Amino acid sequence: MDIIAEIPKEEYIKKCTSACAGCSSSLNLRYVTKAAGPDTVLVVPACCTSVIQGIYPNTAMNIPVYNIAFAAAAACASGMSNAFRQAGKKTNVIVYAGDGGTLDIGIQSMSGAFERGTDFLYICYDNEAYGNTGMQRSGATPLGARTTTTPTGKTDAKKDIDAIIAAHDPPYMATACSAYPQDIFKKVEKALTFRGPTFIHILAPCPPGWRYPTEKTIEMGKLAVKSGMWVLYEREYGKLTISAPSKAAMKKPIPLEEYLTPQGRFKGIERKNVEILKQRITKNLQRLAAEEAAP
Amino acid sequence: MRKIATGNKAVAEAVKQAHPAVVAAYPITPQTEIVETMADYVTSGQLASRYIQVESEHSAMAACIGASITGVRTFTATSSHGLLYMHEMTNWAAGARLPIVMANVNRSIGPGWNIWAEHTDALQERDTGWLQVYVATVQEAYDATLMAFVIAEHNDVLLPVMVNLDGFSLSHIMQPLDTVEPGDFIPPLHLPHAIDPKYPTSYGGLTGPNDHFRFRWDIERSMRDSVKVIEATQKEFANRFGRSYGFTEDYLCEDADVVLVSMGTFGKEAEVAIDILRKEGIKAGSMRIRWFRPFPKLALAGKEVVVVDRDYSFGSGGILAHEIMAQTKKDVCSVIAGIGGQEVTYDDLAGFVRERRMGTEFWFGVTGNV
Repeated sequence: MDIIAEIPKEEYIKKCTSACAGCSSSLNLRYVTKAAGPDTVLVVPACCTSVIQGIYPNTAMNIPVYNIAFAAAAACASGMSNAFRQAGKKTNVIVYAGDGGTLDIGIQSMSGAFERGTDFLYICYDNEAYGNTGMQRSGATPLGARTTTTPTGKTDAKKDIDAIIAAHDPPYMATACSAYPQDIFKKVEKALTFRGPTFIHILAPCPPGWRYPTEKTIEMGKLAVKSGMWVLYEREYGKLTISAPSKAAMKKPIPLEEYLTPQGRFKGIERKNVEILKQRITKNLQRLAAEEAAP
Repeated sequence: MRKIATGNKAVAEAVKQAHPAVVAAYPITPQTEIVETMADYVTSGQLASRYIQVESEHSAMAACIGASITGVRTFTATSSHGLLYMHEMTNWAAGARLPIVMANVNRSIGPGWNIWAEHTDALQERDTGWLQVYVATVQEAYDATLMAFVIAEHNDVLLPVMVNLDGFSLSHIMQPLDTVEPGDFIPPLHLPHAIDPKYPTSYGGLTGPNDHFRFRWDIERSMRDSVKVIEATQKEFANRFGRSYGFTEDYLCEDADVVLVSMGTFGKEAEVAIDILRKEGIKAGSMRIRWFRPFPKLALAGKEVVVVDRDYSFGSGGILAHEIMAQTKKDVCSVIAGIGGQEVTYDDLAGFVRERRMGTEFWFGVTGNV
């Protein structure tokens, strides 16, 4: 059966949010919440979603949202999950955090929550910079990308948070991208069937931050996957499966330039940085293919 | 039941009897005995709680917040740097109106590393919206912890409560402890704003200036309302268990010409000092401030006041002295003593009263009156 037909019609994020035009994160949130259903609490640290949900006394969300300080999402969720389980409740506890709140300021509390086996789903939606504060560099910003604090392009590579999460050996972890909402739906649904900490890292193209026209949000996500710059996979009890869209892309990735050129943030990127990015893509694809093939 | 216990054990015993659903804590000297004892209670099945062994104090308070908003009882304990590290989250806990109870074992702040008693750690939290009580004996540490849950969870309060006990000079000393059966003294917690997915609500999202301002006033209104809740709780405790507590503990203050004001264990030493002074014909009394937040109305009219601060606000003065001066509009003799665990005896305290000069500040062992 087509996955589209399986996706519930219920909406847990209402229309008229205060998201930017072309925001892929609100699209992610729509499918995450559809997969999670109404018995769910979202724990949200400082990030774009703090804004997207609306201003008190209004909220765009039709499930409870607990906003918490920047560094504290996973720890807060840890307390919440333990309290629900102690009370015999199965309520899903989902952290929905940006890349800054995950890779940078929130990494300690996240690591702690994973190490303790907290029963929760941690979702990092990654627009590769501090979007809410006007696109400053984060640990997730790729090499060569311009942000307001890397005006000539970032000189360091993107932090490999997935490797860090994998080192915690969670029962389930996955990557996803807002251009593939059915894939997001399936992965969130699956993650919530596990007991213990699970992780989904969603690439979330950002028109004002990445500097492309708002109507190109889906296309930008697809280009990220087709170029191999972003790879969709899931890892269940350590066993890697590369997801269908990336399987196709891995056979014959499109030239990286097709992904970089439409984005203003990569304007004027140095040739050597493009080469480094290409080398990293090749190496990453080889590494993942080898891991998947391993018995 | 009568036993012998340390201040830390007394706190842990009271927490066990309050049955928190979730305890989240991180170890720090001199608080460690509390978290070790809690871990033992949970592991041995004496306490049916979830004990979250977090990776930091910031996460300890965040975990308590996440648990508390589901409507269950929570507890944590910390000290010194741990308290300062969780400062962002102590603000969040009060702002989110969560009745979290925390024991703070008062300790100085580095550098250099110093593990001994001082009140500057907790007093740096004075503006966060937490109620703060300072205790002086093992028995009081136990009693105040039991009462803290009742007060914090009262629907006229719904603010977190910090029980402060001096590092080592109370946390690690052994005194008699008479435990009670709390029964329904601690009623079940009914958090009116608990998360319920059946009634989806957003908490702590973007809030405009007018609403934010109103919410701050709500905290202050509850802080003021907490006065009668504290009074009623202490009265009920006395009725049930026979031990009476006030906002302050006054010793021979009524007819005193001069009152020595202090907090924590110094307050017990001060009573010995007063006996010495009385024998010398000096009409002195001791007032031990128990509740620092809400700050009580003090009966100090017509008396000279000597304030001992085991803390300091650089560029301003002794924190307790300033609170008292602001309220009483009188010059006090401000003594700064005991910082970093400096030894201060009852003879020293008696000396502060004998040598008092109103309107001056004196760093014991360091400066003359300045």
